[in-house]
Amino acid sequence: MESSLLVVVVIVTALAFDFTNGFHDTANAMATSIATRALKPKVAVAISAVLNLAGAFLSVEVAKTISSGIVSESGITPAVIFGGLIGAIVWNLLTWFLGLPSSSSHALFGGLIGATWIAAGSGAVHFGVVFEKVIIPALASPVIAGLAAMVATYLAYVMTRRAKQASTTKGFRAGQIVTASLVSLAHGTNDAQKTMGVITLVLITGNMLGTGSGPPIWVVAACGIAMAAGTYIGGWRVIRTLGKGLTDIQSPQGFAAEVSSTAVILASSHLGFALSTTHVCSGSVLGAGLGRRLAEVRWGVAGKMAVAWLLTLPAAAVVGAIAGETASQGSLGTILVAAAGLVIAVGFYLASRRNPVDAKNVNETEQMPAEAPAPVG
Amino acid sequence: MHIDWSSLGLVAVVALVATTVLVALFATGIQALSRRERAAEAGRSDAVATVTAGTSFLLCAAIVLYGIYLIVLG
Repeated sequence: MESSLLVVVVIVTALAFDFTNGFHDTANAMATSIATRALKPKVAVAISAVLNLAGAFLSVEVAKTISSGIVSESGITPAVIFGGLIGAIVWNLLTWFLGLPSSSSHALFGGLIGATWIAAGSGAVHFGVVFEKVIIPALASPVIAGLAAMVATYLAYVMTRRAKQASTTKGFRAGQIVTASLVSLAHGTNDAQKTMGVITLVLITGNMLGTGSGPPIWVVAACGIAMAAGTYIGGWRVIRTLGKGLTDIQSPQGFAAEVSSTAVILASSHLGFALSTTHVCSGSVLGAGLGRRLAEVRWGVAGKMAVAWLLTLPAAAVVGAIAGETASQGSLGTILVAAAGLVIAVGFYLASRRNPVDAKNVNETEQMPAEAPAPVG
Repeated sequence: MHIDWSSLGLVAVVALVATTVLVALFATGIQALSRRERAAEAGRSDAVATVTAGTSFLLCAAIVLYGIYLIVLG
């Protein structure tokens, strides 16, 4: 395939990934605020969308090294990146359909690792770096966030024990608006950059940008807008699981969870850990559930999430490998992969219509998305 | 392979301390605000509660602003 056409295809696919990243991760920032009714669902996703867009423009530090040394960048071709993106998109759609919060970053890394492995051999994948920069933070960050949220929740309840119930709820709800916004802003600065990095890398490999260039402004804008649009659409299935499925969140818990998420994200990005906002936020919600005495944590839901996390990297890697290898065969292969991606996306969308979750029923719990019928897509 | 345990430990400590301090401050503010409301309902005014609430929320705002500063410059 003519390389410039392939570059265009990859850019479109990257923006599609950014879109799924947006709607998959709305839950991270807003699930707890929606569940405690601190914000109306539509208002919450609108705020989150605007802040994600703003966040995209704030910093391009992460975008400069997209692969973070996980794969050898010399082995990366546009076809490999294309395959990796398709792997990430398919996994994001599957987990969204099942209502499971899983890491978009891990899906992207997994897709890239799989595609690179097949294209350039296992030597091109730096497993040491994967372990150090992806696996360890993935295991540690939810524990840290959960612990902080648990202690903070316990404190919040003990300290406001003698306060009036109504003013406590009102006060923490007001606080939640601020903290949820902070999570959204931090998310925008982190996640939109990954896609910017991918597109920049494609432009460099296609000789349209000089080596070592930062993302051009139109890339920053396109990524910010794609993510904001996805965020505004709202991944209601994931929001319901995180806000209502894991535990019943009250406003002091929501506040503590959001503060903890922000603190962990900021502290670790300041020290250069690439972590998943999804893992951090899920850990916080779980911790907040444990911190309130008598609060019920649904371990079955937590277990399903943990399984999804474990599968994210390898599953996206397998799809990425197949897609990358097929796309490397030439124009026909690329078209085949793009068509398959579209069919899968439409399939999940149609399947989701049979049991829709939207702004209206996001806070109802009688039918958990995790028990939805098996996917047909 | 090199796992940076000290940075990881630092993240844990910073996150734990920052979260606890901010939530404790906010809870103090809410508790004080509630005391102020009760006093007002009884027709009294509680200056200590007012000052405590104001100070707590101001400190919270300062921490949040520092967080935004970190996001923008991070």
